[in-house]
Amino acid sequence: MMKKVWKGAVIIFVLLFLYLPILVLAVYSFTDATQIGAIRGFSLKNYVTLFTTPELRDMILGTIALAFSAAAIATLLGTMGAIGSFYSGKRVSSAISTVNQVPVVNADVVTGFSICILLVVVLGVSKDTFIPLLAGHVTLCAPFVFLSVVPKLKQMDSSIYEAALDLGATPAKALRKIVIPQIMPGIVSGFALAVTLSLDDYFVATYTKPATFDTISTYVVNATKGSQTTIKTALWALSTVIFAVVILIVVLMNLRAQKETAERAGV
Amino acid sequence: MGRISFSRKSLGIPYALFLAIFVVAPLLVLIYYAFTNGQGQFTLSNLTGFFTNPNTLGTLCYSFAISITTTAVCLLLAYPTAYILAKSRLKAKSVIVMIFIMPMWINFSLRITALKEILTLIENNLAFYPFLNAVIGMTYDFLPFMILPIYNTIVKLDESLLEAARDLGADEREAFLKVTLPLSIPGIVSGIAMVFLPAMTNYVVLDMLYNSTYIMGSLIGSYFAAYNWNGGSMIALILLAIICLFTLLTRGMEEEDNPRGGALL
Repeated sequence: MMKKVWKGAVIIFVLLFLYLPILVLAVYSFTDATQIGAIRGFSLKNYVTLFTTPELRDMILGTIALAFSAAAIATLLGTMGAIGSFYSGKRVSSAISTVNQVPVVNADVVTGFSICILLVVVLGVSKDTFIPLLAGHVTLCAPFVFLSVVPKLKQMDSSIYEAALDLGATPAKALRKIVIPQIMPGIVSGFALAVTLSLDDYFVATYTKPATFDTISTYVVNATKGSQTTIKTALWALSTVIFAVVILIVVLMNLRAQKETAERAGV
Repeated sequence: MGRISFSRKSLGIPYALFLAIFVVAPLLVLIYYAFTNGQGQFTLSNLTGFFTNPNTLGTLCYSFAISITTTAVCLLLAYPTAYILAKSRLKAKSVIVMIFIMPMWINFSLRITALKEILTLIENNLAFYPFLNAVIGMTYDFLPFMILPIYNTIVKLDESLLEAARDLGADEREAFLKVTLPLSIPGIVSGIAMVFLPAMTNYVVLDMLYNSTYIMGSLIGSYFAAYNWNGGSMIALILLAIICLFTLLTRGMEEEDNPRGGALL
């Protein structure tokens, strides 16, 4: 009995620790309070500010555009790399996997700083071209796409590909019709992971972004140093919106997973 | 057949080139800058400077102190959580685990903003407890990354091993200490890898919680702000060395799935 109480206590403590700040902020985002703890009336003004201030809107849309373009490029490169290295000789493929590990284990500060040094300091690429930023984010994300595709290639039944060739398909067509569909789950999760990594990044962006552009992370970090309370409380609303979106995605994912299991059980 | 395998292999060429340009080349440039001065002459002064300057050495120690404390706190919170979740007989286990992992997908700067507001309410002035706040902030940020790999290892454990231990006379405590705990080491190591290094470098958490003491990451930030590429490169190399050392020490001990992607795969 005692044990059960302890277990419950641990779980509740960790959940409170993880969620209390976000939830409190969510509640206060619906008031006109400028500080947590003050009791104020219901208000949607933070949400109005969030969606009507051009600076905030541009920052949010910019972050999303960056995440999706970086993720798209990373997915293309990482998937091709995974397929190429899977069919290459042992030495080539282990060289690629080893270098692939570098950005994965490396601190993001080091990744961002080293790309900034190469592109901006040595090669003189202007940060205003967005090239260093995009390159930095692709470098951050592509290795994870690679890592999520490789296991799917290993699980693949290679005889189907050979059968397709025997039946007259060209290698390109066999790749498109046989290999790609089998590794699709890996590609999709790689893409999703790439989007979340890019959205969450602060360090690569801060070393490579144009001075006039901000991602959510760099904007929030700068805003907390400033004293503009309307912006500060509008960011509470942003946090709440993102929280809601994440919950929605998790719920949808679970529903889909449940449906799939049900279908599989039905077969 | 030769032509066919060539066409599949050649798909890897763009990625190999990409890695060469954006991963290998930046590292080489980093090494070059770390061992030259502003005029491009070879020098060891960046290296010796780091290890003879009490300020930078102090930063290294402070980083280790924050990292080790954060990792220990994360482990103490994450292990019981992961264990309880993995052992629970609930049907919707995967959904419940998802709840613990979800914060990972909310932008960290917004989460730290939320934490900051709460801590300000509790402590009144954040500046009074800089070390404590840094550890709370880092723990808050990285805890899900520790829970996930440990959960993944424990949930995969072969239940029959525990039964065997009990049949052979082990009580609950002994069975846990001699079977479950040693077998969950891969998850623990993965979790430590996910927390320890970021905690040495994520200086934004400290900044946002008004802790003005430097950690290793902040040094890179300050050299960057001062356009001192040589000094910054040396710090980056030292961090890389720490990372390599860590990877070598834990080689083969880690969980296979990378926790950063684990939840999505």
